[in-house]
Amino acid sequence: MSDLLISAPPEAERVKGPGVLRQLMTKPTSAVAIVILTVLVCFALFAPWIAPFDPSQASAGPRLGAPEAAHIFGTDLHGRDVFSRVVWGARYSLPVGAATLLLGLFAGGALGLALGYIGGRFDAVGARVVDVLLGFPAIVMAILAVSVLGVGLVQVVIAVAIADIPKFARVIRGATIVAKQNLFVESASAMGASTARIIVLHVLPTILPTVILLGTLNLGGAILSTATLSFLGLGVQPPTPEWGTMLSDGREYIRYAPWMMIAPGLALFLAIISVNLIGDRVSEIIDPRSQGRL
Amino acid sequence: MTYFLRRILALVPILVLTWSAVFFVFEAIPGDPVNLMLAGVPASEEVIANERARLGLDKPLMERYISFLGRAAVGDLGESFRTRAPVTEMILAQIGPTLQLAAAGLVVGLAMGLLLGVLAGLRPGTSLDTVCTFAALAGSSLPSFWTGMVLIYVFGSILGWVPIVGLGIDALILPAIVTGLFIAGDFARLVRSSIIDASRQDYIRTARAKGLPPIKVVGKHALRNALIPPVTMLGISLSNLIGGAVVTENVFARPGLGTMLVEGVLNKDMPLVQALVVYTTAAYLIINLLVDILYGLIDPRIRHARMAPR
Repeated sequence: MSDLLISAPPEAERVKGPGVLRQLMTKPTSAVAIVILTVLVCFALFAPWIAPFDPSQASAGPRLGAPEAAHIFGTDLHGRDVFSRVVWGARYSLPVGAATLLLGLFAGGALGLALGYIGGRFDAVGARVVDVLLGFPAIVMAILAVSVLGVGLVQVVIAVAIADIPKFARVIRGATIVAKQNLFVESASAMGASTARIIVLHVLPTILPTVILLGTLNLGGAILSTATLSFLGLGVQPPTPEWGTMLSDGREYIRYAPWMMIAPGLALFLAIISVNLIGDRVSEIIDPRSQGRL
Repeated sequence: MTYFLRRILALVPILVLTWSAVFFVFEAIPGDPVNLMLAGVPASEEVIANERARLGLDKPLMERYISFLGRAAVGDLGESFRTRAPVTEMILAQIGPTLQLAAAGLVVGLAMGLLLGVLAGLRPGTSLDTVCTFAALAGSSLPSFWTGMVLIYVFGSILGWVPIVGLGIDALILPAIVTGLFIAGDFARLVRSSIIDASRQDYIRTARAKGLPPIKVVGKHALRNALIPPVTMLGISLSNLIGGAVVTENVFARPGLGTMLVEGVLNKDMPLVQALVVYTTAAYLIINLLVDILYGLIDPRIRHARMAPR
């Protein structure tokens, strides 16, 4: 879906850092999203000072205790404070999602750039393979990657990044093909510039807005996918206070201690929707064609 | 007809390519399959050697590769490390609940997406549009496994309206909603932009100018044309549905291929995982072919363009 929005690369000169932020704040939904995301990022940065308890300290309160003044989100099976675990969870869930996105963007981008720039038969075959992989359920591909790599935090980052490669490669390939047709690329090549120089100095800056857009539109998905794998028991392992893992713990106690799953799930949802709202707004700002669609 | 035949034949190289990838990916997994199969149970050298011979592991790589492709084509993908039952039989036994869930999820997801998308697209820029667009975004931002748990808690535990476990139709309601959410948000956004595009066309203005009632303008003219892009997305949606079913089954502890896949990975039951991937790729490619055919049926222009003699 996201790649449909950005089939043509937006004009580079429209991206201006401070301007984008100012425009983000002018719309209530994206302004609220920025506030929520800032709070969650503060959780991640200052977890030891914000969390009232050690996230792994057993018997910080009663076992499966309902929310009360001392434990506003209740306590879990081992009497650990759920609020503290949610705060610390931001330290795992957000960076894991971001690392996954960056890795996938880098690998997929490199592939897309190579396909688009080199072209010819290499591109014809490569693009077909990417198309086939693109339709394959990403979560199944990530699970397959986990079955090869094994279970764990680093493995889940790599697994989800691999599953995202086709999506990124396709969009970057398209953008590269358009960028290559610019006169300045042609003249650089005519002047005898090396391929590496053309890619780094001429093609990359041209497709940069597309890359930024892809990143902002897919960060939410990356956070969601990594949390999903952890929920399935294939990613971050307990007792790490990661949101997906906490939800997996809470699944057994939905009836007796629903607070175990309410708070981490809400944190995950808020993180994803704020990132998505910001991504949508950024795409409106960068891509003039979608401007004014709301 | 030759068009369809060509399309079907074109599937063969793609299947061979993906199955080759699957074979070599599994070859790359560290650890001897026989050791994985024994799962730590001590065994004599002779037993291990016999088992390797029985599984054909003593043959050279290329021979095993060719044999794998042949067996994949006829659905003989070996036996599960854990149950020792043929994996194809195990999968066939569990495919029913998954298909049921995917079908129900598709219906619910399309209904939700169509409703939100049409409501938003008919009055772009209004507060109705803003609400619907936000709902669609919220839908695709919800972690489905969490939504599932919240629904179980509210409708199963507190209200007691639906059973939480079981395979009856009433136990399918909540899982269908959760699976539907995987496609509803994206579908709604696409329907919305498609309707907005379609309603700017000349034939809509003509239909309005003729004095057709708005319901007819939307139903007969706008919707039919607006549905073409979303239908092409169905193929991608279906792969999201398969992914959604994997997660939903785990949340609701339903039997099915998704539960089987996750258990297979956790138990390192490689033949089972391998077979699930082989069949998913085949199913996905066939579904996409069907979507392409459906696309031609909705839009006669495409069908005729393809049928035209070269």
